[in-house]
Amino acid sequence: MLEAKAISKSFRGLRAVREASFAVPEGGIVGLIGPNGAGKTTIFNMVAGVFRPDSGEIVFDQKNVHGLRADQICAAGIGRTFQIVKPFAGLSVLDNVMVGAFLREKTTSGARNLSASILEKLGLGPKRDLPASSLTLPDRKRLEVARALATRPRLLLLDEVMAGLRPTECDQLVAVFREINRAEGLTILLIEHVMRAVMALAGRIVVLHHGEVIARGTPEQVVRDPAVLECYLGEETEI
Amino acid sequence: MTKASAALAVLAAFLIALPAFADNYLLSVATLILYFAYTGQAWNVMMGFAGQLSLGHALYVGIGGYVAGGIFYHWGIGPWAGLWVAMALCVALGVTIGFLAFRFGISGVYFALLTIAFAEFTRIGFDHLDWLGGPGGLFLKVAQRDTWDVANFRGPPLMYYYTILFLTAAALAFCAVLLRSKAGYYWQAIRENEEAAQALGINTFRWKMLAVALSAAMTSVSGVFYAFYYNNLFPEQVFNIGRSIEIILGPVIGGVGTLFGPILGAVVLTVLSDSLTELLAAIGWEIPGIKQVFYGVVLLAVVAFLPNGIWPAVAKRLRL
Repeated sequence: MLEAKAISKSFRGLRAVREASFAVPEGGIVGLIGPNGAGKTTIFNMVAGVFRPDSGEIVFDQKNVHGLRADQICAAGIGRTFQIVKPFAGLSVLDNVMVGAFLREKTTSGARNLSASILEKLGLGPKRDLPASSLTLPDRKRLEVARALATRPRLLLLDEVMAGLRPTECDQLVAVFREINRAEGLTILLIEHVMRAVMALAGRIVVLHHGEVIARGTPEQVVRDPAVLECYLGEETEI
Repeated sequence: MTKASAALAVLAAFLIALPAFADNYLLSVATLILYFAYTGQAWNVMMGFAGQLSLGHALYVGIGGYVAGGIFYHWGIGPWAGLWVAMALCVALGVTIGFLAFRFGISGVYFALLTIAFAEFTRIGFDHLDWLGGPGGLFLKVAQRDTWDVANFRGPPLMYYYTILFLTAAALAFCAVLLRSKAGYYWQAIRENEEAAQALGINTFRWKMLAVALSAAMTSVSGVFYAFYYNNLFPEQVFNIGRSIEIILGPVIGGVGTLFGPILGAVVLTVLSDSLTELLAAIGWEIPGIKQVFYGVVLLAVVAFLPNGIWPAVAKRLRL
């Protein structure tokens, strides 16, 4: 469904991503892992239309999407969350989500209904009338997810949404994503450091290091890969 | 009926009945309040809703007034036709400023500077525009105060009062609808975080342009009203940056981004500053510029104690 073909991006001479290629199959969940500074978020930003790749192609649904603006990417069916959360602080939780819902819902009541049901699903139902600025960080991460889901994406990009969650909260969110993936066929590409979540969710994993893809495969293959153990997971990692 | 709409109905009834017991002075103060309430509401669409700070809204008031006034002065065509020309020109100007800014990534305080620049060089341009009177001003023939000449919008103060009352009410209703629509949600999202808004599929350029165009169009109507109510226009006065500031003081003090902020702010400022000048005149003090000093003090107090404006605090107290 999504295919990155040898995409590269440099910032003032620093090559953040070099010739990275990977694919996300329709209905699949793919994890993007690697140490800090490996280029994961840069890849997300290229897919989401924030940066244009210096070279390479990004194909979504058989169409070239690299170089489109962020709003065009979203309209094409790719939703995203931000690692550094960006809530609309002055608006209520429900209103935050409604902004996303208006992409496909024409009426205010339609947008409100869709948003309310998404908030229920993510456990934010009781907080829907609070201002977004009053939410805790884990709740803000959930709000990011809710807002992105409200745009009814077919591919969802999750940028470290598990960070800062307690293990039980993490498991709850994993269950939510599994359910949405299973019931609605939502394809997911996630950046995640919480290996517990990656192992539980991802069918395929792509490992980045210094902007290059150093390994890819099933979770079981990747965690045994010597190169991955050396640069990221460490020899002693227990999954 | 909720408490808020009941209060609104009482206020509307009071304002409709006001001319029955108000003298001409009181009516002129009320007209002035409503004029600032309406214009503040128009500015609020751009800043309060979409977060784009304009410090040059006198531009649209001036162009609106001069265009409709000039058409009437030279060709005797009333403002009902001239209004549309004025509005189109203001929208074109707003869209030009918006395009220059948003296309080339000028935002925040730099955008505000651009709006000031446009107002200023329009002021200087009009000083050299003899067709519209130049620095000597454009004077419309003073209205016959006893006949209602609706076609040419000439008549007694009562006519102007009801016109601006209708405009203010219509703008309030329109903004209330806007705020609850997709446009309102999109504008507020852009105001709060433009990058996040874009990630949710919002073409931020287009929606910001729409806010500027709408605000310019609404403000041009203020200009037309101003020209036909005061009958004289001087570039030095109408395009003055002081005028732009005067427009935004109401909504800033009342509450930026709220529906009732511009109205409450206009009431507070006009009533207090007029009673202050009256009071000082009564005890025999004539202090030039006291109004501006007073505006400054009120603004300081609001920024220090009620940074969101007076209305949110009042609404909370009244549990609206």
